[in-house]
Amino acid sequence: MSRKPKSALLASAALIAGAFGFGLVSASEAQAEWKPTKTVEFIVPAGTGGGADQMARMIQGIVQKHGLMEQSLVVVNKGGGSGGEGFLDIKDSEGNPHKIIITLSSLFTTPLATGIPFNWEDATPVAMLALDEFVLWVNAESPYKTAKEYVEAAKAGGGSFVMAGTGSKQEDQIITVGLEQATGAKFKYIAEKGGGDVAKALVGNHATSTVNNPIEQVSFWRAGQTRPLCVFDNERIKLTEKVTADMAWSDIPTCRESGVDIDYLMLRGIFMPADVPEDAVAYYIDLFQKVRETPEWQEFMAKGAFNTSFMTGDEFRSWLQKAADTHEDLMTKAGFISG
Amino acid sequence: MDALSSLIDGFGVLGDPMNIMYMFIGITLGVLIGVLPGLGGANGVAILLPLTFSMSPTSAIIMLSCIYWGALFGGAITSILFNIPGEPWSVATTFDGYPMAQQGRAGEALTGAFTSSFFGALIAVVILTFLAPLVADFALEFGPAELFAVQLLTFCSFVGMGKEPPFKIIASMMFGFALAAVGQDPTTGQLRMTFGWYELLRGFDFLIAVIGLFGIGEILLTMEEGLAFKGKTAKINPRIVLQTWAKLPKYWVTALRGSIVGCWMGITPGGATPASFMSYGLAKRMSKRGPNFGKGELEGVVAPETAAHAAGTSALLPMLTLGIPGSPTAAVLLGGLLIWGLQPGPLLFIEQPEFVWGLIASMYIGNVAGLIVVLTTVPLFAAILRIPFSIIAPVIVVICAVGAYTVNNALLDMSFMLVFGVIGYVFKKMNYPLAPLVLALVLGDMAESNFRNAMILSDGSLSIFWSNGLVGSICGLALVMLLWPVFSAGLRRLRGTTSQLPAQ
Repeated sequence: MSRKPKSALLASAALIAGAFGFGLVSASEAQAEWKPTKTVEFIVPAGTGGGADQMARMIQGIVQKHGLMEQSLVVVNKGGGSGGEGFLDIKDSEGNPHKIIITLSSLFTTPLATGIPFNWEDATPVAMLALDEFVLWVNAESPYKTAKEYVEAAKAGGGSFVMAGTGSKQEDQIITVGLEQATGAKFKYIAEKGGGDVAKALVGNHATSTVNNPIEQVSFWRAGQTRPLCVFDNERIKLTEKVTADMAWSDIPTCRESGVDIDYLMLRGIFMPADVPEDAVAYYIDLFQKVRETPEWQEFMAKGAFNTSFMTGDEFRSWLQKAADTHEDLMTKAGFISG
Repeated sequence: MDALSSLIDGFGVLGDPMNIMYMFIGITLGVLIGVLPGLGGANGVAILLPLTFSMSPTSAIIMLSCIYWGALFGGAITSILFNIPGEPWSVATTFDGYPMAQQGRAGEALTGAFTSSFFGALIAVVILTFLAPLVADFALEFGPAELFAVQLLTFCSFVGMGKEPPFKIIASMMFGFALAAVGQDPTTGQLRMTFGWYELLRGFDFLIAVIGLFGIGEILLTMEEGLAFKGKTAKINPRIVLQTWAKLPKYWVTALRGSIVGCWMGITPGGATPASFMSYGLAKRMSKRGPNFGKGELEGVVAPETAAHAAGTSALLPMLTLGIPGSPTAAVLLGGLLIWGLQPGPLLFIEQPEFVWGLIASMYIGNVAGLIVVLTTVPLFAAILRIPFSIIAPVIVVICAVGAYTVNNALLDMSFMLVFGVIGYVFKKMNYPLAPLVLALVLGDMAESNFRNAMILSDGSLSIFWSNGLVGSICGLALVMLLWPVFSAGLRRLRGTTSQLPAQ
């Protein structure tokens, strides 16, 4: 609510400044003048040790090492109810510019699956930091060399194939139902606690396939224990450096290329509570741009084979709207919406 | 094969004096973290993780894992002195440690706990050094059915353990299961038993329950009994360490059993908390001093402490070789590895030998350093008991409250803590055991999701629990444990002893 008068004030301040001949101060520079005046809370809507937590602590470390903020940034885990706890905290912190949250797909899936009163529009989108890729993996001892072959076998298996994934009604299970809807195959889905447990289930032959993120499976792939079949993205991963003796991330075909018509990427983005000053949003956008430029961040992105798209503002909002619609559609069809 | 020569290289990495310094800093911080309930090893390591980015990965993990060892050591201190477990895995240490402190034998209990911790860790590190690849393959055998069988074994071995009537044990355990069910259903992702109250969606954290049930409950009880610590007469004698050491060798069977249980639970991974309970239960049943357990028996401190520390140490193995964390703290360390660009997995030992062997070597030296640090503090900590209760009680309440708040950064948890305190008081008054409640609260979620996953895999057929030798034998063992009270009741009747009131 206070947004409009404030920017109008800034604009008029700039005008006055211009009129007096100090016209070099542009509106955007004036906006960048907001700075945190106390410790900034960085909420992770997940437990310690998971992908979102790692990313948040990486960012905290980078900010500290390069002195990107004068105040300190403190990571706080609020992972209860698949992250619902963290989202509700952001919703309740309306107008507080000293709180940011890192989001993952649970931004969309948790409210739908649990019925907690939260919608991504209850928060202020700051920036998309990256997108996480998902890859279809099978045990290296299994005979399947392509996604098509695997899906055909799963169809013939009549629901005896097991997909292990992280959590329930979250990204891994959404991809699984997406895969089922796109191909007509059926899977038994078992919910594990974390990506490591999922990877172990595949290596130990307790599951026939997984949709692990690259970083969760790469060591088993390199050790020749698992095999990637396709990546759930509309284009191949851009990293061409060899990961195993003869394959790079870029050698994994997309699922669409292999005739499995589905893609899915997971948002790694930053949000703030609603009704925060626009210059505070600008401050954080600037901060995260600086983080993205550090060598540590770039190495982290390469190690995890992330899709490094960066978006802010209206472009980000329309991406979010589309992603929200896709999730609602997939989850409605799968019957995952909480009554 | 050449594990020995690799290990020697590992010790070479430690030759760097900076690494030794990080080690001592880590241990000291860890002991402090362990002493404060709520601020667990996982939180402590997570908070310090970003600080380590400017160090080399080897130095960083040495320091962070030393915090972890320190917390494993430190958790026992408040358990013994105040009946408040600083860490989940020290709950079982209170059973005999606290009665010992009340009898003025706090120094003995502390020395026993620390030395046992060290012994457990040592056995685990030796296994880690020589059997790592074998053990990693063993961990892969455990799917949902096998993991559930392990949890079933833990529950079953517990039912017959206490001196309370089995009905009271089961009632307490069921209450724990009910509390564990609050929050989110792990299999369907839906909320349950939150009654539309969103504060409940994170469920009841086990640490809050422990702090309330034991800490606040104990304070209430002591107040009723006349505002005095029974351990007030504790003698402070620096030689207590040596005197206790002279007694320890005769418990070698218990210590060895505890270490094996601990290693097994750490690797599977079942975790340090169930390991400590299981080891205590087994010791109570198998030792000839079993009937004295719960009244201040040193062996009752040795059993859980060896297991907890062995499990905590061996939990790092599945983390390094498979990327699955065996404990919450290992999960944070795993995150650290990834951030430093080290990829846990089957190739880590081959590609990063300096890192892996440096870490393993640091486990040997770190635990020796830890033992030295904590043993020197024994007389100091034992002396705390000489402070009048009216001074120390408010301090304990404040520490408990801060601890409860720290777990989830939620004020509401402090109210829950007080409610749990009253529950703990009532339970003790009515002679219901608290430990089964705690155990069910810790393992309830995991057991439920493993059971339901196993049911999904088998299309609802229970036969999955004897579908292979491994799962079948664990389940069989569990049934034997469950039916044990029947045998032991028969034995007791034969011997003509009456059942005793349990110690608090």
